[in-house]
Amino acid sequence: MKQSYRYIIGALSLLAAMMMVPNGMAEAATARDNYRTYCAQCHGVNGSGGGVNTESMSVQPRDHTDAKGMSGLTDAKLKKAIAEGGLAVSKSVLMPPWRATFNDKELDALVGYLRELCKCSE
Amino acid sequence: MGLRDKRMRLAGFGLLLFAIAVLFSAVSVGSALNVEAAGTAGATDLTESAISIKKGKIILKSRCGKCHAIKGPAATTLKDFKARKGPDLFYAGVKYNEEWLIKWLANPVPIRPAGFRYFKNIIVTEGSDDTVNWDALAEHVALTPDEAEMVAATLMTFMAYKGKVKKNALTEEPADAFMGEMNFDKFSGCLACHEIEPGYGGVTGPEVYTVAERLKPDFIYSYLKSPQSFDPKSMMPDKELGENFLQVLTKYMLSLEAPPDGEYDEGEEE
Repeated sequence: MKQSYRYIIGALSLLAAMMMVPNGMAEAATARDNYRTYCAQCHGVNGSGGGVNTESMSVQPRDHTDAKGMSGLTDAKLKKAIAEGGLAVSKSVLMPPWRATFNDKELDALVGYLRELCKCSE
Repeated sequence: MGLRDKRMRLAGFGLLLFAIAVLFSAVSVGSALNVEAAGTAGATDLTESAISIKKGKIILKSRCGKCHAIKGPAATTLKDFKARKGPDLFYAGVKYNEEWLIKWLANPVPIRPAGFRYFKNIIVTEGSDDTVNWDALAEHVALTPDEAEMVAATLMTFMAYKGKVKKNALTEEPADAFMGEMNFDKFSGCLACHEIEPGYGGVTGPEVYTVAERLKPDFIYSYLKSPQSFDPKSMMPDKELGENFLQVLTKYMLSLEAPPDGEYDEGEEE
């Protein structure tokens, strides 16, 4: 009987793990997709700060692949900058607020994607 | 009843039918004449306009529907948003100026320098900035002047989102060119994505120096106030603009004009 319970618990855990992995992967894929749709116009497709709009910009966008610069910023600050715009974190107005475009989950996923780009943590 | 009586009856019935037919046609001709005589050409115009709109609908369905959403709703997922090849048209009547539409549909030119969906037209090179692939830009179908008029007339009847557009949104206070440009460039950062003259400004958003020709003022104001209420996945972020900024920016954009033809021919390629 005990063994049966073990099998059931094992199967349920496996099922839960299977459900969680695709969700996480889907969020990461959406973050990349969001980045390459909305952010890449200024920050560049690869995140190095060289998007197609930069030529006329008076302040150049942040290089998200810069591990040194990015590791000095907390996840909370990154999220605030994306959600509320550059001015909210004492940076350029050229970075607009995106909270009407992305929901909270998408904002968190974007912060996660920035950490992937910089290969760094806060 | 004899044979003669029967014939007489039939003849009488036939005569009665003929009289009724004559009476009806007289009444119809009379009314038609009355319409013309009274000079109510409006009825004829109405018919012509209705025919034009009907024909325009057929052209829209057959030639525009593949790239444009003629019926709502707007895209609510990124996948759907990315797949759209041209602006949604189901609220064209509250957005565009008819005169501009007629002109543009017969002679379409790019409005967003890097294309409708810029991310489909860029070249990414490791170690250098992304660039626009100018050769990849899709050309818009050109209609004949007659077709353009019919399609524009039809588009003017697409009034979805009418309730989202604030009526008479602009105050009478005149535009301030200096403050307008300062606001557009420095305070609100719109220049990052939009050109205020050919070759000056961002390339992913629509050029704004043709806005006055293209769009209805109330629509510009309302869209600036909340782009996502028109298009939830819009490339345009909600800048959370206050009333004063909305007034200044809308009036500034309306004050801009496209340079004379040919003056900036080479600017786009630079």
